[in-house]
Amino acid sequence: MNRSFAESTARERVAHLLDAKSFIEILGPGERVVSPHLALLGVPSSFDDGVVIGHGTLNGQLVFIAAQEGEFMGGGVGEVHGAKLVGLFKRALRDKPAAVIVLAESGGVRLHEANAGLIAVSEVMRALLDARAQGIPVIMLIGGANGCFGGMGLIARCADHVVMSDLGRLAMSGPEVIESSHGVEEYDSRDRALVWRTTGGKHRYLIGDCDQLVEDDVDAFRHAAIGLLGQSMSLSLLALEAEHDLLSDRLTRFGECRDALDVWRLLGVPDPSIVADLEASEMFVLKSLASGESV
Amino acid sequence: MNAPDGRWNQQAQSRTRRVARAVAALGHGLEGKHVASEDTTKLLTAVLEPGDRVCLEGNNQKQADFLARALTQLDPSQVHDLHMVQSVLALPEHLDLFENGIASKLDFSFSGPQSARLAKMVAAGQIQIGAIHTYLELFARYFVDLTPRVSLVCAQSADAQGNLYTGANTEDTPAIVEATAFKSGIVIVQVNEMVEHLPRVDIPGDWVDFVILAPKPNLIEPLFTRDPAQISEIQVLMAMMAIKGIYAEYGVQRLNHGIGFDTAAIELLLPTYAESLGLKGKICKHWALNPHPALIPAIEAGWVESVHSFGSELGMENYIKQRSDVFFTGADGSMRSNRAMCQAAGHYACDMFIGSTLQIDLNGHSSTATQGRIAGFGGAPNMGADARGRRHATPAWLKAGAQAREGRSGVHAMPRGQKLVVQIVETFREHMQPAFVEKLDAWALAEQAKMEIPPVMIYGDDVTHILTEEGIANLLLCRGDEEREQAIRGVAGFTPVGLARDKRMVENLRDRGVIQRAEDIGIDKRDATRSLLAARTMRDLVRASGGLYNPPKRFRNW
Amino acid sequence: MEKLQFQLVGDKAPAAFIPILVGVVGSGNLEVMIEPLADSPTCRVDVITSAQGFAPIWRAVMQDFQERHGLAGIAISINDMGATPAVVSLRLDQAAAALHGLTKDNA
Repeated sequence: MNRSFAESTARERVAHLLDAKSFIEILGPGERVVSPHLALLGVPSSFDDGVVIGHGTLNGQLVFIAAQEGEFMGGGVGEVHGAKLVGLFKRALRDKPAAVIVLAESGGVRLHEANAGLIAVSEVMRALLDARAQGIPVIMLIGGANGCFGGMGLIARCADHVVMSDLGRLAMSGPEVIESSHGVEEYDSRDRALVWRTTGGKHRYLIGDCDQLVEDDVDAFRHAAIGLLGQSMSLSLLALEAEHDLLSDRLTRFGECRDALDVWRLLGVPDPSIVADLEASEMFVLKSLASGESV
Repeated sequence: MNAPDGRWNQQAQSRTRRVARAVAALGHGLEGKHVASEDTTKLLTAVLEPGDRVCLEGNNQKQADFLARALTQLDPSQVHDLHMVQSVLALPEHLDLFENGIASKLDFSFSGPQSARLAKMVAAGQIQIGAIHTYLELFARYFVDLTPRVSLVCAQSADAQGNLYTGANTEDTPAIVEATAFKSGIVIVQVNEMVEHLPRVDIPGDWVDFVILAPKPNLIEPLFTRDPAQISEIQVLMAMMAIKGIYAEYGVQRLNHGIGFDTAAIELLLPTYAESLGLKGKICKHWALNPHPALIPAIEAGWVESVHSFGSELGMENYIKQRSDVFFTGADGSMRSNRAMCQAAGHYACDMFIGSTLQIDLNGHSSTATQGRIAGFGGAPNMGADARGRRHATPAWLKAGAQAREGRSGVHAMPRGQKLVVQIVETFREHMQPAFVEKLDAWALAEQAKMEIPPVMIYGDDVTHILTEEGIANLLLCRGDEEREQAIRGVAGFTPVGLARDKRMVENLRDRGVIQRAEDIGIDKRDATRSLLAARTMRDLVRASGGLYNPPKRFRNW
Repeated sequence: MEKLQFQLVGDKAPAAFIPILVGVVGSGNLEVMIEPLADSPTCRVDVITSAQGFAPIWRAVMQDFQERHGLAGIAISINDMGATPAVVSLRLDQAAAALHGLTKDNA
């Protein structure tokens, strides 16, 4: 039976993504490594500061895993939360797992923790890239209802691979932020179909920010992750320059587009208006049309 | 027809005069029955007289919004002291009428969106309320002592003869127009389109006087859509108890669900939990219900034989068309709803009503009244009341009646059935407001708004069961006020009312089966998870409908 | 925010176990952690809650829980973000069930 990834808690996702009973938690709730900031603000903490980290096996291979709990403070990255992620990446340098898998669901920096949160995000980016530099693949799985935004969105795109469900969202600025900065005429954050067209898995998949699109099912994410184990992407100056070229070409090609529908049309999708109602599995064909055209 | 002695056809003469004034005022602007939208003010000014009783189609769902706005813009020196009779105060314009000095008296049924402003205006003396009714009561009075002189209604389309197609959102229109047309009243309708040939005739042109093509389609609100993503585990638990402890127990085949997440959870548990209990075919075949999207999985799984509706629901049109075996549809394929008939069905032909509420007191009186708001009643009291005129027997009705009368003497010894009226509510509402109280806010509201009696939605002697996360209290089995009080306290959880229970009495009631906990019904609370829901998201509902259901934008998240 | 503590008397002390966690600290929700409290005749409960002024209800809920399970030698720690008593009871029962399952496995 289908187990919804979005509806599962972070712990449930970890338990059902990895091989049964293989997960060993690091800095579990019993150790009470909690936020030093929230109590001062009169906000209850979480015993794991909203992120579960540890290791286990995936299809028999050793993997490190982190899962953000989107329901706690919107998955926001605080000092301890960020430090747990950094520590995980650092330990990966020692233990060299087949991958570090991050189940990202976050609004970005936990604003309550201000600078500590900001610093945490940048430290995570650095630690992630250090792991990649040693050839350890980093895989982002994005499928929570809250999406992956802000600093976490930036972190996600630093990874080797991004797998999303069509329910998932990936961006930097959140919809409400865009609306309040640019006005409702420009971007109505309550127009949820628009929000998903702009930041959702299908758009990210078609435009190339997401490597694989799966249904909202833990098993589907598991299979996608298994397929990516041991697959490290180049982290060289050449690769970075190629990425820059790709991005500037993309801007040239799609810069005048008013809506994702226009982007998809330019990508060669025959009927952009039906994309929203397609199942994830039906997107593969469209992607090959789109890939045929990109650099 | 035209008696020389004009004493007995005053109304007909008045009608003739009014129509003549309209014809004169509109001149070439009147083509047959069709009036240009820019001439609406002229028409209304000509047709209306001070003190007229006017029905404005402020329904629960569709709104004659163009006509409402036009009415507010009349000159109060010419048109004033109108007596408004309408089902629902939904639009700001409905109250602007009173502020602008055009209307002064009001008889209505429900005012949900305008309840706070209504209370303020009543307190300030700007509105004189005649009475607050249930829908069916109000329709009934249109034929007795509240007959409209002029009715402003809305329809989807009209033809040149003034025949109207009201389609899926027919709602109150037939009742309003019949009462008005056959008592020398004048019927004015705003339509979304003029066509040469209607899909079908819902209102005959003979009953219609003036037709206006409105600049924009009339407003309709999707009030009966509930996103399954918002259903909580507690609501799943209560739904399980309802299905196993009441629906299965009494064999509820014909029912109405008051709209809410609690009842949406029940609808979504039919193809899963109820199926696992072997209940298909034994419960939930016939519904007096709006086309709830949450019912789609149950319909698709073959649970539902018929649904008659009060109105339609945005996004369900195509699904309904493709399921004509289930819904009431015309030969043209589209649904026909009828609030008056559906209310009657809910009252007489249903074995059970189940719905939520805001407050319940120690006698089981249930009220949604809160201070500072005059919300009214709507349709719940029709459904949530024993149909004392009912005669035909069904297993559920007989069983409930037998339980209520067991061991009693005197007038209560006569065998009789009873309708199941279930109040399903969590013990604490948002902001930790207790749902169980010693004294209903309705008392304070009655004093504040100078009502003759407290506005109780469902009376305690009609309530047969109260279902909370703590269990089910069967009031049919209670004998005497004290048992009733403790039965209610016994399911009132950790509210002050619940904490003040007589523990020994409550245990005794539990032993007798008057109170049942989840475990007594054979339900393990830990099984109450969202994975039991046949659909957990709006998208699941769309998939279940085979893509036929098209939710309004605000419900899409994909 | 409020901190509450209760000591409940019980008699069923489970064998050693690793901490159990159920629930999530989201709006209207709570997390409940159960840890061993060696050689203690009581069940100690520590609650941190975003709501204020509901101590009597928390006490009633915990007493009710204790009547159902009668546990001793454990510490229950709760981080609560405004859950209703219904949700609190549900999470406590889920945690107790997880404990029962866990200690059954260990036996």
